[in-house]
Amino acid sequence: MTPDTVDQIFVISKHWLLGYVPAMLQPLASAVLSVVPVLLAFPLLFAITTVLERKGLGRIQNRYGPNRVGPAGFFQFAADGIKSLTKEDVVPRDADQVVHFLAPLLLVIAAFLAYAVLPIGRNMVVANLDAGLLYFFAVGSMVELAVFMAGWSSHSKYSLLGAMRAVAQMISYEVPLVLASIVVVMASGSLSTVAIVEAQAGYTATLPHWYVFTPWGFAGFILFMIAATAESNRSPFDLPEGESEIIAGYYIEYSGFKFALFFLGEYLGMFATSALAITLFLGGWAAPFSFMTWIPSYVWFFVKLLALIVFFIWIRGTLPRLRMDQLMGMAWKFMLPMTLLNLFTAAVWHFLPNPLLRWPVCTALVVVPFVVLSRSMKQGKTLQVRTYRYAE
Amino acid sequence: MTLIFLILAAITIVGTAAAMSFRNPIHCILGLTVGLVGLAMLFLHLGAQFVGFTQIIVYVGAVAILAVFAIMMTQGGRRLTETATKPQITPSLLVGGTVAGAVFAVLGWAMLGRPSTAIHSVQPVVSVNQIGQLLMHNYVLPLEIMAVLLTAALIGAVILAMPQERGKR
Repeated sequence: MTPDTVDQIFVISKHWLLGYVPAMLQPLASAVLSVVPVLLAFPLLFAITTVLERKGLGRIQNRYGPNRVGPAGFFQFAADGIKSLTKEDVVPRDADQVVHFLAPLLLVIAAFLAYAVLPIGRNMVVANLDAGLLYFFAVGSMVELAVFMAGWSSHSKYSLLGAMRAVAQMISYEVPLVLASIVVVMASGSLSTVAIVEAQAGYTATLPHWYVFTPWGFAGFILFMIAATAESNRSPFDLPEGESEIIAGYYIEYSGFKFALFFLGEYLGMFATSALAITLFLGGWAAPFSFMTWIPSYVWFFVKLLALIVFFIWIRGTLPRLRMDQLMGMAWKFMLPMTLLNLFTAAVWHFLPNPLLRWPVCTALVVVPFVVLSRSMKQGKTLQVRTYRYAE
Repeated sequence: MTLIFLILAAITIVGTAAAMSFRNPIHCILGLTVGLVGLAMLFLHLGAQFVGFTQIIVYVGAVAILAVFAIMMTQGGRRLTETATKPQITPSLLVGGTVAGAVFAVLGWAMLGRPSTAIHSVQPVVSVNQIGQLLMHNYVLPLEIMAVLLTAALIGAVILAMPQERGKR
């Protein structure tokens, strides 16, 4: 088998399977054959990630993490899954029964819908939409509604507080998230995710043409990842579910499998935004060096995805939770100006063809505002060891 | 009228009707959201991807959430006491009914009066790229004006959020 056959093995086998289906049913069969692998692969990745996260966090916090089920505790996710499936499903008496039931479903459906436009490998995308990026953000905006439905219908003050925090945070960080990804649209001239990956193809002396290796792309990638962390409600932006304040936030009144669905939806959202970051800035499924192109494209995609997941776990184990005002200040006073300036930088990059000129100019356009903005946000406060009035 | 159109139309109509008939305002908004999603899917069914997705982003992602927040902050979200009153004929109901009847009569008259011909036999293929080209060339001035307006609003919001100077308090 040539490397190309290995790369296209899933596409070839799909067409081979389609040959056995009557012509009338082929569109339907084609859709099913595209969707089912996605529905299988990403929940499996979720299962692996839960173990990886618990082991990783355990290592960071100087403890073992799960180590009883399977080799080194690797099959912990199976035990967790069986536990959540067999647990009693408790619905609060005062809860709004219908909305309470629909909220986790909507969350998971919205999270799965986002995968339709993400290119997992070469020729491997469920739907190559002309407005793919727009579709991704449209589907992502339905998550907010699901979160609100969960918090409101539980009829509990903690879940309502958590939902309000979550919605406020997600709306605030959606603005920098979209603005940070628009620079890529400006550079590639297309909203289609497949075309964006193709625009980053090619190598110069074994190094790829990914957008992350430009000043505006690098700044955009960092801003996108910060906004993505906040969008997926992960630490240090996990105020909506801050255990020490409001117990578990909007899904406090959910138990059993519905709770597991929330968990699944949250991780699927994280994977989807990470995959979008890979598509927009890290060249999608492309290999990082020209001499490594023989490794199949989907392998590269999942390697990059796992790297970003490990990065998320690392961040979660390292940074403390922000305060609400710090969270909002970060979004509106730092992220928003930086993303707007980044748009300008991308435009300057486009209209300065001379590489000797555009590299220093665009680097300055990114670095100088960053330094000025972070200095002004400090506002004369000197950073020192914090003294506690009551806790010592 | 295809089967898909009938399903989408049913979703839209049921959602919008639910928005008007529920007692709880939050339920009304959720019903309205279903109606708006149905409308967006009708756009998609017509091949208008850009309009359809923008409809979802703007109405589901922003307007519905805004309406929910507005209701929560004006304390409309608390559980309403179920007062099952019989529908009485009040002057407001009479006026509203008359206006609605007149509007529907005009619409029906306009529609039924026309000969029933196919409006577009071939669906025009409009890509997002073409919309972008038009926005950036033919309609660049209105776009710029709207952009300036929105940016001014955005910057205004940021200024409102900035901490006031210490001396003024």
